[in-house]
Amino acid sequence: MKFIDEYRQGDIAQKLAEEIAKMTDKPLKIMEVCGGHTHTIFKYGIEDLLPANITMIHGPGCPVCVLPIGRVDDAISIAVRPEVIFTTYGDAMRVPGSRTSLLDAKASGADIRMVYSPLDSLKIAKQNPEKQIVFLALGFETTSPSTALTILQAAKDDVKNFSIFCNHITIVPALKALLDSPDLQLDGFLGPGHVSTVIGTRVYEFVNTEYGKPLVVSGFEPLDILQSVYMIVKQIVENRVEIENQYGRVVSRSGNQKALEALFEVFELRDYFEWRGLGSIAHSGMRLNKKYAAFDAELKYNVPGHRIADPKACQCGEILKGVKKPWECKVFGTACTPETPIGSCMVSSEGACAAYYNFGRLSKIAQRSA
Amino acid sequence: MCLAIPGKIVEMVDMENRIVKVDVGGVRRNVNVGMLDENEIEIGNYVLIHVGFAMTKIDEKEAEETLRILNEIGQYEDEFDQFKTALE
Ligand code: SF4
Repeated sequence: MKFIDEYRQGDIAQKLAEEIAKMTDKPLKIMEVCGGHTHTIFKYGIEDLLPANITMIHGPGCPVCVLPIGRVDDAISIAVRPEVIFTTYGDAMRVPGSRTSLLDAKASGADIRMVYSPLDSLKIAKQNPEKQIVFLALGFETTSPSTALTILQAAKDDVKNFSIFCNHITIVPALKALLDSPDLQLDGFLGPGHVSTVIGTRVYEFVNTEYGKPLVVSGFEPLDILQSVYMIVKQIVENRVEIENQYGRVVSRSGNQKALEALFEVFELRDYFEWRGLGSIAHSGMRLNKKYAAFDAELKYNVPGHRIADPKACQCGEILKGVKKPWECKVFGTACTPETPIGSCMVSSEGACAAYYNFGRLSKIAQRSA
Repeated sequence: MCLAIPGKIVEMVDMENRIVKVDVGGVRRNVNVGMLDENEIEIGNYVLIHVGFAMTKIDEKEAEETLRILNEIGQYEDEFDQFKTALE
């Protein structure tokens, strides 16, 4: 409990943890779907605070971590074209492709620029009419409405030299795939906070009705997370399976209509999309629909489109399904570090491996060698 | 990647293109408010900002609380640094 002093409301945190411990000593596995939650859980040592029978499983909710190698290669193939200025969120720069990353490509001279917003990418397009500007669009429903609104703006302003390489993914099919996977044993879910601001909580109502698992949409503060875990455990001991909303301050049942309208206007679901570590998941990826095809970099440029298997040593897949913990991977912290990531869960600070590496590495490595 | 930073609407910049200026810790940048309802777009209102777009209106107390938390979990600097790199 070394992190307890860091809580400003340590007494409440302690109390919640005690209440959770009092309710049951049954072993329970709870998955936090969102990478933001993973970050908070490690930063605050929430796993140390929780009773030993509760295990947190770190889910697939880090979009950078699930971007497959083949798509990284495709992005690089566009980025190195001489007529292209390639723009991306900083998080994606280090993601390893089969041979190089975007960062390597930039070092070898490709014009790759980090941007804060897709609107900045659109601005660069307007300022450089002689160039083709491509934006690497990625993220869940927190981020995809921003891309959609940027496309609508580009269409309105009739910008011809702007396109996106679209890797947007959607959380519900991924949840379904996880729930369908035979080696998964989970007792409940912490639902993502900001994704749910957009999509609402109603869309999760199959998790309880069809799969019999409780889900609580949670905020990002340590106390939010503890309270959400408390709500899940309480459901379990009371034999309830419900979708509950701990983050009611910004999440509603029906979500943000304007954001959803923009998504439906601009995107359509792909039949399949590949997730690093999880494989191919039906209807889990988005692409521009016909009406906005002019902004689709995949149609503009001939990308190789190879499917490339994850590195053998990497166990991100097992980690994402909660079958293994990062420190059980043989190369964790030795060959694979945030500076030289082998798998993508080591790339983003929200990935389970990077989070362990940054916050829990020493104690875990000590445990492993003990 | 799904975190958002709170800011205060300080100026209507270009309502036709849904652009307002927000203030985050003294730094001012333009953001898009195309996801907000008409009545939420008012000077003095607090909003949660993600990649240059306001996702939802929040109340002032919530804004302060969120900033405090982001600060505590060490995410504020990252989010803030990225926010600062927004093009003028
Ligand atoms: S430590 Fe590296 S190689 Fe091992 S599972 Fe994590 S990301 Fe993959």
